[in-house]
Amino acid sequence: MSELKYRFRQAKNYVMFSITFLCTLLTVGVLFFILGYMVWHGASSLNWDFFTKLPKPVGEPGGGMANAIVGTGKLLLIAALIGVPVGFLGGVYLSEFGRNNRIGFLVRYATDILNGIPSIVMGIFAYTVVVLPMRRFSAVAGGIALGIMMIPIALRSTEEFLKLVPNSLREASLALGIPQWKTIIRVVIPTGFRGILTGIMLDLSRVAGETAPLLFTAFSNRFWSAGWLQPTASLPVMIYTYSIAPYEDWHRQAWAAGLVLLMLILFVNVVSRLVLRRRLAMGV
Amino acid sequence: MTDRPHPQNAEALLPQPRTGWLLRLAPSLGGPFREANWGDRALHILTLGFALSSFALTALIALALYRNSILSIEKFGLRFLWGTTWDPVFEQFGALPFLFGTLVSSGIALLIAFPLGLGVAIFLSELAPRWLSDPIAFLIELLAAVPSVVYGLIGIFVLVPWVRDDLTPVLKKTLGFLPIFSGPSYGVGMLTAGILLAVMVVPFITSLSREVLMAVPASQREAALALGATRWETTRMAVVPYARSGVMGSMFLALARALGETMAVTMVIGNRPEIAASLFAPGYSMAAVIANEFTEATYDLYLHALVEIGLVLFAVTIVVNALARLLILAVARKSAEVQV
Repeated sequence: MSELKYRFRQAKNYVMFSITFLCTLLTVGVLFFILGYMVWHGASSLNWDFFTKLPKPVGEPGGGMANAIVGTGKLLLIAALIGVPVGFLGGVYLSEFGRNNRIGFLVRYATDILNGIPSIVMGIFAYTVVVLPMRRFSAVAGGIALGIMMIPIALRSTEEFLKLVPNSLREASLALGIPQWKTIIRVVIPTGFRGILTGIMLDLSRVAGETAPLLFTAFSNRFWSAGWLQPTASLPVMIYTYSIAPYEDWHRQAWAAGLVLLMLILFVNVVSRLVLRRRLAMGV
Repeated sequence: MTDRPHPQNAEALLPQPRTGWLLRLAPSLGGPFREANWGDRALHILTLGFALSSFALTALIALALYRNSILSIEKFGLRFLWGTTWDPVFEQFGALPFLFGTLVSSGIALLIAFPLGLGVAIFLSELAPRWLSDPIAFLIELLAAVPSVVYGLIGIFVLVPWVRDDLTPVLKKTLGFLPIFSGPSYGVGMLTAGILLAVMVVPFITSLSREVLMAVPASQREAALALGATRWETTRMAVVPYARSGVMGSMFLALARALGETMAVTMVIGNRPEIAASLFAPGYSMAAVIANEFTEATYDLYLHALVEIGLVLFAVTIVVNALARLLILAVARKSAEVQV
């Protein structure tokens, strides 16, 4: 009897761990399926026109997304101008002045909460503070929405990398009579610079794929946008509009755009992983 | 994490003068004014200002959402939350179908993603050797880096036909007597949205759960193994319960992501503001209605009703996120105690 029970427990052990193995196989399989499917569908749809031509009028096959590629670049530039300074300086505070006090704790908590606010809500916010007063959709509005979304991760990753700088470096500098501000600027920040830069690249790659905050801030445009204060096309929004449209050729271009976007983002993720050999991609 | 006292924190070790409530609430507020060097003071105040922007932004977002939904709040009051009619033509706005859609699709997502993600986390922390565990964990985190519009693309062209042609017949044959698996399937609908969301949130559950499981002290496992438990029994009775609050935290974090996810859901949920018993039926979610109708809102009340949905979404995700963070903090504190 007890022999039987022992056998049963052993069997259960094997069965349950096999199930966890299958879970892993399934999840990794989904990733490879997505990658494979995107490459298979996207690569055959990709051509030179995609990078150099404007979209053709509705119903006419051909054309490309040159304006959306440039538009995404413009949006990311504005986003970086907002998100990087705020996140970087805030991160310096958390690591150098707010390590063990209550303000530091509260800022960390608020930052994590800000990170969890849905992207569509960020879009509404940018709409109410930029689009409504200016009465027009613009690249600036979209960039502001993305910039705010960048802040939490830029802040927390800067903090993490500055914390990795050993205290002995700070103490050595202070012992030489160098004031703390100079120690931070000349010793601490340069030491953590590579990590901070990688964190910011990851942050940019994350907002590069955001669609929801752009739908009613940067809006879209089938032509070159006439300036920073005009509606601007972007790759994610183009993928969205093209994929829900009923035209075969638009679907083809949506796959191509999806592949370009995905490869860009995965490239940044893999490179930062190699540079850092550390987990931080998700901002969790 | 036990840091040696940092030079400027050495002061914190000295008895603190009893100052006003403001300084007691936030000791470092006094900091910038105690530092002797003007440069230190300037840098401290400058960086503090930027650090506080997280607070300011969260408050500003809440304020902007409230001020731009005031018309709808005043007109409908709490009826907004359980009204079932969404009819812009007759100026009737009730958000219940969207609340329902968001909750049901996120619920399906968690039902699938939680066991799956926890299973992966257990495999990676308890069974797989480190050289296998780390790369697989990285691959799964890449799933979180895939933009949601790409998930939507895959959803429309792969998942929707699969649910319509392959999954639905099987479910109908086996579980068709249940009302949730009745009625026709168009491919788009709650079930499809739930499955797609599940794939999107699995990495959040796996990544965090794996970390808390790996942080469980070896003595826990050794004690159970020494009593003759099998490895699975050890995992189930000694390891997972020890890491429970972290695992729960990862679940709430995933829930918050699922609730706020917009593009992928918009592309596959079907976008019909109805409450149906069947999971095959098309539905609508809070984020999706904002994405679809925001630029079409032709009069102020319509726009304010949409912003109010955003406000509800904002409030719900903040509560869920705050809960998740508290659970995660509890784990961090627990493991700090063990290390001491």
